[in-house]
Amino acid sequence: MAEKAQGGVFFLALPGRAFGRVLSELGGTFLFFLQAVALMFAGWGQFAKTVRQVYFIGVQSVTVIALIGLFTGMVMGMQLYYALSVFGADGFLGTGVALSMVRELAPVLTAIMLTGRAGSAMTAEIGVMRISEQIDALTIMDINPMRYLVAPKMAACLISFPILTAFFNLIALWGGWLTGVKLLGANEGVYWSRVQGSLDWSDIEGGFIKSLVFAVLVCTICCFEGYNTHTRSGHAGPEGVSQSTTSAVVKSCVVVLAADYILTSLLW
Amino acid sequence: MFKLNKETAVGLFVLVGLIAITYMSIKLGNVQLFTDRYYSVHANFSDISGLKINAPVQMYGVDIGYVKTISLDQDKGMASVTMMIDRQVRLTDDAIVGVKTSGLIGDKFLKIAPGGLGDPIEDGGSIFDTNPAIDLEDLISKFAFGKV
Repeated sequence: MAEKAQGGVFFLALPGRAFGRVLSELGGTFLFFLQAVALMFAGWGQFAKTVRQVYFIGVQSVTVIALIGLFTGMVMGMQLYYALSVFGADGFLGTGVALSMVRELAPVLTAIMLTGRAGSAMTAEIGVMRISEQIDALTIMDINPMRYLVAPKMAACLISFPILTAFFNLIALWGGWLTGVKLLGANEGVYWSRVQGSLDWSDIEGGFIKSLVFAVLVCTICCFEGYNTHTRSGHAGPEGVSQSTTSAVVKSCVVVLAADYILTSLLW
Repeated sequence: MFKLNKETAVGLFVLVGLIAITYMSIKLGNVQLFTDRYYSVHANFSDISGLKINAPVQMYGVDIGYVKTISLDQDKGMASVTMMIDRQVRLTDDAIVGVKTSGLIGDKFLKIAPGGLGDPIEDGGSIFDTNPAIDLEDLISKFAFGKV
């Protein structure tokens, strides 16, 4: 009676072993996240480590976020200008660029860029430490590896994501102005007044809520994959780390886009 | 030569980031930090179809305030609107306020035609003379059925 042995939760075993694995991974990820958040303020030592992580995740990503923001804004300005001028409504260029950037593109593209730039590095770093048994060494030295490795990254993500999203927004609005107004000749005053007039506090607040949620999702998934790379079945050692990194990036991107849909329908 | 160390770079990043976030919130999000720049004026309309909260209030085409609240006054059978008007703008109680349409898409705004001889309106005062929104369908049907 294997079912009996598991107590009252035997019904969870009914859909099969794969479902059970998904379930335990889901629960593990969530507990991992709670642990990381709880340890974020564990002592003054966390502050210096968080600053180092902000440098890596935030400061070093400014250039790439600025470039992505600039080109996204420029493409948006160009496409919307062509689409709107067909109806003689190119006055709404500012509205289109501002709303699509602040509500959707800035938080999502920032999160996806940071997954590629910082998330993959986090998985690889923690993964290599795991397979070279450095995490076990930390545990033996009575240093909580969650506190030492994961919590500062979580704090740094929560600081960096909204700031980079704000940079992305401002640069993208400028990029939209560059193509829409300077290159294609939309009315400059109308562009900026529409940008300002169409954005409410709820749009900007929603954009930042999204970026905070994405920060949590990306950081949790990437660190969890690296931290548990040794439990990956069939792949051990360096191959396991590479597999973990790949799956962390893919999972993060999918989860970010899915969460974006859910947040959009909840927020507006 | 001055070399930017990690801590300074992070400090700069967070500082500039906070400035960007504040700028976005206040300037682009139209958050009114200093609401005492405005005083409130009420007006009742028989029809305000399409008027939205935060729609501009204009005089001679210049923005002088915004629509704060829109509510229904069932006792009078009127739509009750509260406007916030810039303190620098003086209004008298013989002013006329109307619902107008801007552009092809039809954003509604309020236009105040100032009076001249009435008493000045204080904070919380009212404008009594109002013009309702023009209903285009209504006009067309009047024209089509020859009631003009």
